[in-house]
Amino acid sequence: MRTEDLVELLSTDIEPVKKDALAILVTGSLLVALAGAFVLMAIAFGIRPDLANVITTPIFWEKLAFPLSLSVGAVIATSRLGRPGASVGGVGLVFLILPVVCVWAAGTAVVYGAVPADRALAVFGHTWRSCPFNILLLSIPGFIAIFYAMARLAPTRLRLAGAVSGLLAGTVATVAYCFHCPEMSPAFWSIWYVLGVMIVAATGALLGPRLLRW
Amino acid sequence: MERATVYSEEARLKALFISSLDGDAVSYRLFLSDLTRYLRGYLRKRIPKMREDIEDLIQETLLAVHHARHTYRPEEPLTAWIHAIARYKLMDFFRTRARRDSLNDPIDDHQEIFSLSDDEPENARRDIRTLLNYLPDKQRLSILHVKLQGMSIAETATLLGLSESAVKVNVHRGIKALAARMREAL
Repeated sequence: MRTEDLVELLSTDIEPVKKDALAILVTGSLLVALAGAFVLMAIAFGIRPDLANVITTPIFWEKLAFPLSLSVGAVIATSRLGRPGASVGGVGLVFLILPVVCVWAAGTAVVYGAVPADRALAVFGHTWRSCPFNILLLSIPGFIAIFYAMARLAPTRLRLAGAVSGLLAGTVATVAYCFHCPEMSPAFWSIWYVLGVMIVAATGALLGPRLLRW
Repeated sequence: MERATVYSEEARLKALFISSLDGDAVSYRLFLSDLTRYLRGYLRKRIPKMREDIEDLIQETLLAVHHARHTYRPEEPLTAWIHAIARYKLMDFFRTRARRDSLNDPIDDHQEIFSLSDDEPENARRDIRTLLNYLPDKQRLSILHVKLQGMSIAETATLLGLSESAVKVNVHRGIKALAARMREAL
């Protein structure tokens, strides 16, 4: 077929493009990710019984702020990388890096401030073995939804786009996991939450080139 | 090309593209045919020895631009957006080719002596009408009537016994499936 015929084919009877298509896709997948992670968390692990008490403490909100601000960075990065030629973006990077730096600083302070006998508890808590894998489990619905959305956008850097899609699924899963997880030490979050999110992001980077090709 | 010319070309193509995003078919046709020429120049410079692949790649890039339309934001330069897509398709082509060549014998070099030298665009090797035959009937007929025979959506809907929105959906899905077929056929 001649290229002119294809031009003819594509330009005959075209539909106006919906201007908010990208926002709808990203928002929709984000809602599925949040709902999926919360439902899974409630069923598989259960909401922590003392939630009513801990929500009155600042440390609970500091903990929640960590994955929440990472999610904001991941949403920015995901919506940007869904468009040809765009990068993660400065604002996105700040939201992705700053929370980690803060939590690492707080974690280090907690460990150094604790008496030596308590240091291991501050880092490992009681649930370090399961924590990253629990986050991985909670991220599955969001991972599927976000990849579905990303595949309907037009990423040109597939590995990076896959990684930030995984990052978004992982951070949203961690937000939900905060309502179950009993660990209240920044040193714990700085390692095990980050590890859980990184596993999901790495899975995304691995699958990106395969699943997002268009 | 003069710098000023590049800027005015950007402005002209951008204006055409933006009105085609609002559904202006005439602008879109103009935009796509101009884009075709630029892509031909772009690709001939980058893969001068693969002339038979250039038209295929142009067509694939046009389809990609068509499918990515909803990701363009008018506040960004059109050139950067188009370039990212063209580059992506070219890289994808290299990857596919590398994979294929590692499985098969490389193409004989001496055959190139007999390749024609001309300035005419070559026909793409993949015929879209042939590829159309692989699509489900509803998609194939919708594309055939609306896109290739120039019938209206309403006429096609009556002819096929579908609702108008079903015809639009079938055209949309059909073109998407066509792009996927093209990728596999490359």
